[in-house]
Amino acid sequence: MDNVACARGGLRVIEGVSFTLQAGQALVIRGPNGIGKTTLLRAIAGLQPVLEGTIAMPEDAVAYAGHADGLKGPLSVEQNLRFWAQIYGTKSIGRALEAFDMTGLLDRQAQDLSAGQKRRLGLARMEVTGRPIWVLDEPTVSLDAANTALFAAMVARHIDGGGIAVMATHIELGLDTQIFDLAPFKASDSASQPFLDEAFL
Amino acid sequence: MRALLVRDLALAVKAGGGFGLSLAFFLIVIVLVPFGVGPDTGILREVATGILWVGALLACLLSLDRIFQLDYEDGSLDLLVTSPLPLEGLVAAKALAHWLTTGLPLTLVAPLLGVLLNLDPTGYRWIVVSLALGTPALSMIGTFGAALTVGLKRGGLLLSLLVLPLYVPTLIFGAETVRRAVDGLENTTPLLMLSGITLGTLALLPFAAAAAIRINLR
Repeated sequence: MDNVACARGGLRVIEGVSFTLQAGQALVIRGPNGIGKTTLLRAIAGLQPVLEGTIAMPEDAVAYAGHADGLKGPLSVEQNLRFWAQIYGTKSIGRALEAFDMTGLLDRQAQDLSAGQKRRLGLARMEVTGRPIWVLDEPTVSLDAANTALFAAMVARHIDGGGIAVMATHIELGLDTQIFDLAPFKASDSASQPFLDEAFL
Repeated sequence: MRALLVRDLALAVKAGGGFGLSLAFFLIVIVLVPFGVGPDTGILREVATGILWVGALLACLLSLDRIFQLDYEDGSLDLLVTSPLPLEGLVAAKALAHWLTTGLPLTLVAPLLGVLLNLDPTGYRWIVVSLALGTPALSMIGTFGAALTVGLKRGGLLLSLLVLPLYVPTLIFGAETVRRAVDGLENTTPLLMLSGITLGTLALLPFAAAAAIRINLR
């Protein structure tokens, strides 16, 4: 990732962000609200283009988990998870269920889960993606201490297996992570940039 | 892609899904028209084709904003876009799911409802043929419109305004196919035009819709 600048809503929010991650490393992105953590993570996930700079990584390597868990309420826990397993071509969902101790909730409809349980299901999805780079936006929101530990263990396993994790979180996970503070990279000229889509209008 | 199709179909037929909505709307429109127009069977026979086609078109329109909006709101659209599925394939699967839950049922019940409008006997076959050929275009164009308006809160009005003009050629040639058959005229030309529009939209619009989603998710 080299000298990256991103915009949100036509406003340049961060610039000059550079870092490199090797397999088996985790990076925690910190910074005050509105600094552009989500914007940066969405750019890494390929959901939005960067204004300048380059993000270099293997193709089809990223699995993204945003603020919303992407669950379908009328479907059961198992159906939700199995759907993503099929999308990513993974055979088994057992490991994902065990990672968050969800085997007892298999037949429960996703709309009947508590906020924490929904989050656990959303994070368990990462396990079935089978992708090396995890991009996690505030993964520990609404998780209790025990489940935060389960999450930390899951990330640790992922990294030990040669994966990479990039996450925005303020919780201390007890992992051997690098910390990247986004605050110094606030775009100096936050005046409105010409909106990219104006070319089409 | 099949997994997405299966999931969308499962969601559509479960409680709160859009499956019954279009069908019920179509039924209500067709049942109410004879009350509004009056019991004159001659007039009903005249307008039957047009009413069936307009009713099917509006019923299709009704469920369009669900195509991407629900996925957008619960975050699964972001996740699907970052998944290995090609976005064009995702759009095509969504359009197919929409057609299977609206276009296909509308096509199948249209001849039954044609009875209520005193549709000419030769029209029954052609209303099925023309709807079967035309409704895939309605679903695909609608999916494109839904892709353009995804992320807009209450984008339904804009969606209708965008999509309705694009529906007009399908409506004209679809209804013309049946009308000509009923009048005993040669109807190959409108039938071919209708098929051409459908094939054209199926070939081009998945790419346009995918591009629209990429821009809207920024």
